[in-house]
Amino acid sequence: MSMKALGLRGLALGGAFAAALTAGIAQAAEPIKIGVLHSLSGTMAISETTLKDTILMMVDDLNKKGGLLGRKVEAVVVDPASNWPLFAEKARELLQKEKVAAVFGCWTSVSRKSVLPVFEELNGMLFYPVQYEGEESSRNVFYTGAAPNQQAIPAVEYLMSPDGGEVKRWVLAGTDYVYPRTTNKILEAFLISKGVPKDDIMVNYTPFGHSDWQTIVADIKRFASAGKKTAVVSTINGDANVPFYKELANQGIKATDIPVVAFSVGEEELAGIDTSNLVGHLAAWNYFMSVDTAENDAFIKQWHAFIKDTKRVTNDPMEAHYIGFKMWTQAVQQAGTTDVDAVRQAMYGQKVRSPSGYDIVMNTNHHLSKPVMIGEIQADGQFEIVSKTDAAIKADAWSPFIPESAKLTADWTFPWVCGNCTEPKFAK
Amino acid sequence: MGPLTSRLLALESRRGWSVFCGLLLVAAVLVPVLHLATPPDSPLHVPAYMVSLLGKYLCFALLALSLDLVWGYAGALSLGHGAFFALGGYAMGMHLMRQIGERGVYGNAGLPDFMVFLNWKELPWYWWGFDGVLWTALMIVAVPAALAFVVGWFAFRSRITGVYFSIITQAMTFALMLAFFRNEMGFGGNNGLTDFKDILGYPLQSDATRVALYVASAVMLAAGYLVARFVVASKLGRVLMAIRDAESRVRFLGYDVTAAKLFVFTLSAVLAGIAGALYVPQVGIINPSEFSPAQSIEVAIWVAVGGRGTLFGAILGAFTVNGAKSVFTGLAPEVWLFFLGGLFILVTLFMPKGIVGLWGQLRAKIGEGVQNVAQKHRA
Amino acid sequence: MPRLAALFFALLLAVAAAAPARAVDDAVFAAALKGLAVEGFAEKTAAADALAATGDPRALPVLRAMAAGNLYVRKADDAPVLGERAGRDLALTDPVSGADLGTAASRDLTKITVNNVLRTALAAIIGRLEIADPDPARRRAAVESIARDSTPEAAGVLRAALEHEADPGVRTLMERALARMSLASPDAAVRLAAVESLAGGELSPQVRALVAPLAESDADARVRDAARDLVERIELRLMIVDITLNLFQGLSLGSVLLLAAIGLAITFGVMGVINMAHGEMIMLGAYTAFVVQEAFRAFLPDGVFGLYLIVSIPAAFLVAGAVGVALERGIIRFLYGRPLETLLATWGISLMLQQVVRSIFGAPNKEVANPAWMTGAWEALPGLVLTWNRVAIIVFALAVLAAVALALRYTAFGLQMRAVTQNRSMAAGMGIRTGWVDALTFGLGSGIAGVAGVALSQVGNVSPNLGQAYIVDSFMVVVFGGVGSLWGVLAGAMSLGIVNKILEPYAGAMLGKILVLVFIILFIQKRPRGLFALKGRAAEA
Repeated sequence: MSMKALGLRGLALGGAFAAALTAGIAQAAEPIKIGVLHSLSGTMAISETTLKDTILMMVDDLNKKGGLLGRKVEAVVVDPASNWPLFAEKARELLQKEKVAAVFGCWTSVSRKSVLPVFEELNGMLFYPVQYEGEESSRNVFYTGAAPNQQAIPAVEYLMSPDGGEVKRWVLAGTDYVYPRTTNKILEAFLISKGVPKDDIMVNYTPFGHSDWQTIVADIKRFASAGKKTAVVSTINGDANVPFYKELANQGIKATDIPVVAFSVGEEELAGIDTSNLVGHLAAWNYFMSVDTAENDAFIKQWHAFIKDTKRVTNDPMEAHYIGFKMWTQAVQQAGTTDVDAVRQAMYGQKVRSPSGYDIVMNTNHHLSKPVMIGEIQADGQFEIVSKTDAAIKADAWSPFIPESAKLTADWTFPWVCGNCTEPKFAK
Repeated sequence: MGPLTSRLLALESRRGWSVFCGLLLVAAVLVPVLHLATPPDSPLHVPAYMVSLLGKYLCFALLALSLDLVWGYAGALSLGHGAFFALGGYAMGMHLMRQIGERGVYGNAGLPDFMVFLNWKELPWYWWGFDGVLWTALMIVAVPAALAFVVGWFAFRSRITGVYFSIITQAMTFALMLAFFRNEMGFGGNNGLTDFKDILGYPLQSDATRVALYVASAVMLAAGYLVARFVVASKLGRVLMAIRDAESRVRFLGYDVTAAKLFVFTLSAVLAGIAGALYVPQVGIINPSEFSPAQSIEVAIWVAVGGRGTLFGAILGAFTVNGAKSVFTGLAPEVWLFFLGGLFILVTLFMPKGIVGLWGQLRAKIGEGVQNVAQKHRA
Repeated sequence: MPRLAALFFALLLAVAAAAPARAVDDAVFAAALKGLAVEGFAEKTAAADALAATGDPRALPVLRAMAAGNLYVRKADDAPVLGERAGRDLALTDPVSGADLGTAASRDLTKITVNNVLRTALAAIIGRLEIADPDPARRRAAVESIARDSTPEAAGVLRAALEHEADPGVRTLMERALARMSLASPDAAVRLAAVESLAGGELSPQVRALVAPLAESDADARVRDAARDLVERIELRLMIVDITLNLFQGLSLGSVLLLAAIGLAITFGVMGVINMAHGEMIMLGAYTAFVVQEAFRAFLPDGVFGLYLIVSIPAAFLVAGAVGVALERGIIRFLYGRPLETLLATWGISLMLQQVVRSIFGAPNKEVANPAWMTGAWEALPGLVLTWNRVAIIVFALAVLAAVALALRYTAFGLQMRAVTQNRSMAAGMGIRTGWVDALTFGLGSGIAGVAGVALSQVGNVSPNLGQAYIVDSFMVVVFGGVGSLWGVLAGAMSLGIVNKILEPYAGAMLGKILVLVFIILFIQKRPRGLFALKGRAAEA
């Protein structure tokens, strides 16, 4: 054997050894931790438990495909128990004690507001998957749900169009908290700008968990009997919807008479209601389970396999978490690290093909560009899509319909580097 | 040495004082020192999240203490103590909101963000004065006290006792919760007050402020404990206990039962209000869920777990239950309610006097055992 | 291009439609059918019009299927087919030949989507085709859907149909619909006749909305007066309806409160246990109803499905009652005489029961359907809509209360129970097994809470948190009515319900509830023992 051959062989051996070594290191490396901050008990468990399962499914899938940066990903699940101060405590625990790279969590606005100072203080990264009132852009939060211009306005425009029945009179009914208040404020300004007289708008707020809808449904009927086509725009929250729809159905309000378009009612909520009397009432979302795309088929299949129950539905916030998680993994791969500052930079412009069949993009205002779909409720608890936008719509963090917020810009890249500024922080 | 000092000193035995001072030293000095002075990787280090967690527990402990004063000594179980806590918290929250000034998202120095947003044109009158520290301090004490005085006056005058008193205090906190949920009230609705920036000019997010708030909570708890102990040991305290055990008899003996109960109920509300005021800057948010009846029931549970009518037990109970909650919601997020529910059931069944009483139970058992052994020995 | 083609066919077929209800050539019909598969709802409406204009009898079933969302296009050959759900797949029928086309998976078909506007239009088209239907009920429905669009065309169809109509009920319906359409007639006499015709019909807010402009500013004084008269009459009627409706809503809310509180009136009112797990007993009842419903769906024919609710009632009573007895024997019996400590233990129980249910059934809401006999409403007067489920709950709540009252009054167990609560040691001395009576009493209270859960599942959510929604209200009712008194619970629940509903229109839902709570607090000052206070020694204990 010549020296050369020996050298070559040695080299090869050395290479193999090095490879084995790095592989060994990769295997022994600490897993990347991510936090899951969703209520598993208390009032919000109804909605949030599913989102926890969604993230666990995504993590499971990622690990089967080899993990991230050669490391496994581990989800740290905690239960903030629908208790808002406990959300802040658990967020701090996740960031400081568990040292998670990112947190997926929160549903209600108040829970997000509660954890916000913690994320800003400790420079964490939160993915918030629910449609909300906007008027916020934090450096430490990525908002993967819809802003009002991605849900409410297109829905109202649809109802004003010939296809939607040319509605002239509007009932804005909501639960008394910040999301309905904002959405209704934006909608009122929008309707008035479209020439709807103030008398043709009725605004009504009810408490959380309101269960006795007899009076209000009767009021709506009375308001609708004025001879103009009337629709209800519902921002009624979670729990109160079941008795509301039951009352609607029993008082015989058909969608062809008074359509109700809701922004907080999705497949998961309908699973708790008998929908045979609600056919034709509407909802506006960025995703419906009934979307007919290959991506969606795969998503539903994956969900059913993970949860081991083919009756379970998928919904918009789940899709938002799907998008958020995919974007985060892509950004981590691109940045080559889980360091929050580096990943944040890599997030901007990140693109994910979502189950809705569109390419979803993360903008520099920390909100997504998403398509808007209007669906009508079917007897089987699904939605039939009756209208959708041609392209994805970019979310407004600050609504142009609220004078104080119309002045503000959210842009976290140079020269703005700001979530609520009237002028850039850095002059060019 | 004045008479008051000597009475104060007489509150506790020598051993009692040394335990009290020892605990205060650990809470108010040792924890902050271990947090600030040791490197983060040292085994003795107390991490930042632990400091804010303990600060929260201290506020809860003060709240539990205040309930024990009325429940444990005057026999009136208030299921609305969370309301006093929340009112103190709201007073503090309003002050902190006014401190934000132009740093809010809409940059309006005259109005908090949520008011700008709901098209309010000017600050409602009940917000006036909260810019000032003194006015705020006064309100933290006065608002809960006034509410307690009014509710207590109505209730005790009509000789409402037992469950009836519990239920009307529950109705009170429930009504307040619904009221604060309303956005028209001008307290921020469901989101409450949040996004605070600084307190007395010190940024709330800094470590030093957090430690200072923590120490303030520890000192307040100690002071609250002494005040409660003072009341309990006084003649009034003995009248209260007599009321607890046989109200009608005390009345027939000529004592003014209504006044005694009213005083202790109002005092207790003040302590709860202070607890709430210290709680808010540490957790960074106050919203109507603090008024929820379940929250107030939980306070009663802390007291019962620790041992009612002992003051110290209330503090112990608050720490035990909240500590258990913090640990279990992280360790066993799916099943922690089993542990917590189980704890409550076991405590009521096997520790009727709470954790504090457990010591007595054990001692009695050991004493019995010793006696038995001694008897055997003799035999 | 397809749009043009559709238009062309429409014109062609309009000519062919001169003779009604005559089969046309298969090819022509098939072409009209294909027109339905266009994009856009306006285009689909035009195509449906065209299909109806063929006058072919085969058009009606196709349009009905389309309105119901059962019309598809087969992806393989672009052929329109009728689909009926058959298990996981769809059973297909050829709309042209009526031939059975076997089954297909839903992914091989594209549904011809309909929306609200199209559904309304289809109903009108179907109405026109059905106006000559031999079944008067169908004709009635047809008149109603035609009357929805007030085009001159629709008026023409109605007028033509009125000529042949023999059924007097359908005739008046047609006349009224025509009267509504002719309110805008330029001829004052026609308008007057229309107003007079409407005055003989239902006095609904819809009629008021139509007539009000005439009452305001009609050129003709006679028409104006007649219209004004009619509007006044309607308003009077509406006021009566409003008051009645308000009362009904109050009673219905009251009976929900009553149902939720009866069980508590026993466990808390009679036994003195501050039973914070009461809400969870209601929840167990609601979940029992869910389980029974699923069992009915899985094992029994559809025909008897409506009975599941009846079966649920005893099932829920047994489930919640058994849990109640177990709790009493296992935990609560050690706590008698320490009422405030029962609060602590039952709170722990309530947390655990919630978690048990969450672990078994999952956190999301469960669907508990209203059986057919409980859906819909009874229109007692025009505008006075009483929903069946609410009527059923009022009746049911009163029935449960009566059953409990009778059981306590006339059964041996009731006698023993009263004896034990009034004087335990004396009762024991008389040989009553007091422990056993305690367990059964607690079981009875829990069982009734379970039965309440079955009823409440018909109006609200079924989730692990269900009980929490009722617990505070239940305590308020029992305390307000007077602890230990069943009649107090009835009076308390009904008065709180009615007061709440009277306040709600003026104060709003939230403020109304706050006012009721303040009212309770003040009321207890006046009568510290509630509406129906027990007198004597027992009251002091």
